[in-house]
Amino acid sequence: MTTDQTRSWAGAIDCDVHPRVPSIDVLRRYMDSYWSETVVVRGVDEFATIAYPKNAPLTARPDYAQDKADQDAGRTAKALLDPHGFGHAILNCLYAVQMIRDEHMAAAFARAVNDWVRHEWLDRDPRFRASIVVPYQSIDKAVAEVERCAEDKRFVQALFIAGTEEPLGKSRFWPIYEACERHGLTIGIHAGSSYHHAVTGSGWPSYWAEDYAASSLAMHAQVGSLVMEGVFLKYPKLKAVMIESGVTWLPPFLWRLNKFWRGTRMETPWIDRLPSEIVKDHIRLTTAPFDAPDEPGMLARIIDQLPSEDMLLFASDFPHWQNDGDAMLPPGIDSVLRKKILIDNPLATYPRLTIS
Amino acid sequence: MARHVVARVDEIAPGGRKCITVDGRGVIVFNVKGEFYALSETCPHKGGSLAKGIITGLVESDAPGDYQHTRQGEIVRCPWHQWEFDIKTGRSYCDPRRMRLMKFDVKVEHGANLVEGPYVAETFKVEVEDDYVVVEV
Amino acid sequence: MPLDSPPAADSASKSTNRLAIVDSDIHPAVKSLNCLKPHLEKKWWDHAMTYGFRRRHGSPSVEPYPKSAPLASRRDAWPEDGSGRPGSSLELMQKQYLDPAGVELGVLGPLGNTGQGELNLDLGAAFCRATNEWQREAWTSKDRRLKAAVVVPYEDGYASAKEIERVGHMKDYAQVFCLTRSSDPLGNRRYWPIYAAAQDHNLPVAFHVFGTSGHPVTGAGWPSYYIEEGAGGHSTSAQTVVTSLVMEGVFEQFPKLKVVIVEGGFGWLPPLTWRLDKIFERNREELSHLKRRPSEYIKQHIWISTQPMEEPEDRNHLLDTLRWVGHDRLLFASDYPHWDFDDPFRAFPAGVTPEQHRAMCAENGLNVYRV
Repeated sequence: MTTDQTRSWAGAIDCDVHPRVPSIDVLRRYMDSYWSETVVVRGVDEFATIAYPKNAPLTARPDYAQDKADQDAGRTAKALLDPHGFGHAILNCLYAVQMIRDEHMAAAFARAVNDWVRHEWLDRDPRFRASIVVPYQSIDKAVAEVERCAEDKRFVQALFIAGTEEPLGKSRFWPIYEACERHGLTIGIHAGSSYHHAVTGSGWPSYWAEDYAASSLAMHAQVGSLVMEGVFLKYPKLKAVMIESGVTWLPPFLWRLNKFWRGTRMETPWIDRLPSEIVKDHIRLTTAPFDAPDEPGMLARIIDQLPSEDMLLFASDFPHWQNDGDAMLPPGIDSVLRKKILIDNPLATYPRLTIS
Repeated sequence: MARHVVARVDEIAPGGRKCITVDGRGVIVFNVKGEFYALSETCPHKGGSLAKGIITGLVESDAPGDYQHTRQGEIVRCPWHQWEFDIKTGRSYCDPRRMRLMKFDVKVEHGANLVEGPYVAETFKVEVEDDYVVVEV
Repeated sequence: MPLDSPPAADSASKSTNRLAIVDSDIHPAVKSLNCLKPHLEKKWWDHAMTYGFRRRHGSPSVEPYPKSAPLASRRDAWPEDGSGRPGSSLELMQKQYLDPAGVELGVLGPLGNTGQGELNLDLGAAFCRATNEWQREAWTSKDRRLKAAVVVPYEDGYASAKEIERVGHMKDYAQVFCLTRSSDPLGNRRYWPIYAAAQDHNLPVAFHVFGTSGHPVTGAGWPSYYIEEGAGGHSTSAQTVVTSLVMEGVFEQFPKLKVVIVEGGFGWLPPLTWRLDKIFERNREELSHLKRRPSEYIKQHIWISTQPMEEPEDRNHLLDTLRWVGHDRLLFASDYPHWDFDDPFRAFPAGVTPEQHRAMCAENGLNVYRV
């Protein structure tokens, strides 16, 4: 039933889709002989992450898991893009390159993941776009990988994982942003962690559910850092997307940031306007999960707390089991806002979507 | 509106201030490098008294890591939430349009001119030979 | 012009039936560490003088970042006679805050060198004991409006429980006091002896922001600036406490436990609750020790202080948030003598009714604290 125009997904841009690397052997095809041999000689394990345990309910919706729909471009297209008529889907591969401690190995795996995505996903369906997996264990190597991949205009974003060793606003990361801004690439910060330290400021929680909940806390840190360090003053065309960590946490955090700024402005005097205004211009959020109650009327009040409706980008979070069936956006969004979230906001956030 | 004699000039040294009550209203007279300014005492944000707010310079910046420190002694900060107010205008730095202290006209007058009135000098015995700070409230 | 006009309840302050304020966060300070000496065994005094305090970070001070004001305090709260630090003079506290604000019940929360977070567990326990004795000697015995906190060396659950057993029966104490940045999330079982003892004594457990956990302040590493610690670090550490207590089953194990979250703001609580409910629905098998949705535990067991008051540009956002948290769950806190102090008659936005104001500033606290 697509008679209800307000429920149409046609042309939607899905800003968070996760292709799964079937095995390390697949990546070896995209490595040079040294790294390919190293995987065998050293018995290098899959770089899986405890952020998404293979069989945990959230990791894959049951029907997607059954078909291994996330391991193949054709099956993903058939399961997700075709039935809904999505215009584009942005691939964020979560292979845990960010956990690797050897920067040379990290760079080799990032290259392999990016080339795998390019050849086995982007080349197979023109609707796919992708994020560049960035080996930011080394800034030089990260910049080199961004430069290498940026030639392919189907890469629209550089991907970071929220639980970094240091907050991403720090100036050591800026050469990556310089390259991204120059190439029209957006910064994507996705739920998860390098797990190089505890996921919370108070240590390691006992349950996976707490770990997952904590990713929105890391997002607080990343937004605060990007804004207060002055990244967006230095790179005014840059936008950063907070991916898969909810939406509703942001306004109360901005109230605190604004209030503190009024009293502590002398610490970061380059911030010459309310932090929330900088956020409004430069930070975006994907809509899965949304973290709002189902009560009628609540959603509008919550969205009103956001600095702007332009900040919301549609995401299915495929194959993660955020929702069932077609319930990919919370109920109560009118058709005008819906079109913005599905199409206009993503287009405005990812400049390379329109040139590629 | 009336003009109030609130201090002898030599009572408020440069960098100093004097808190007074005029018609029941708290007013602070600041001496910034020899110039006198009078502002309402109460912070418009949450009601802190600026009587004990620290006086600082102004920091501005063109880029991350750039600190341009100017106008030493011209900014008073609320002792509670540390909002900055420009002593010369009463305006808050972060929200100058909506958040400001009331500013009063201040003049320095010679005692000889004051003896005639119509000045209000409740707490002062005005001497002809001295200079006085006069605030219009 | 002010963003917020004073609340309707402000008129109550001018009438004869002035609202009696319950303040859930007042910080008494020692004039100097010597104030604790009479309450310490010689061994531990000498130890502290020899080795100082060692916590899970590099500085001998408790603070990971320079504050925006000395000792993070109101500049008008320093005793004029130079006798000590802000919060160290009962007379000034009375004159400057308790009397004019009309405080009827002020709950103390000592910070600084109280023994909390100390790596040497015995030293930590000794300083907590001394801090608790000093609160009675210097504060609660001198002003009956003030109630003390049982400051516990929370990294040592058993020593903490012992301290609660030692003094928890005395009427001087109104709460158990922990900090939010602990070395494991506070729902972890190693902390459960604290909750068992607190429940036994009908004392709420306060989790106040700060602490030295040994972990970066955020899940994304150490930020550069105080504003990042203050605006993000504190509220996220409070969110970690709520998440952990609920998800690790503390309220199933201790069904009468009352918890107060202090000085981390409160705007984040509704979104966190929505988030936890959603995560719970998808992970009921992992969380099979929970019998109810996270929102239900939060609504029943958790109260939250109002300070520092949220100040969105649009006050309707704040009025919504107050309602979503629940006017029955919010406890006024001044944070005296610290710089982000809230005045009970100026902090709340216009649109808060006198009934809601009374609930948040008085009635709720009387229901939570053991008085």
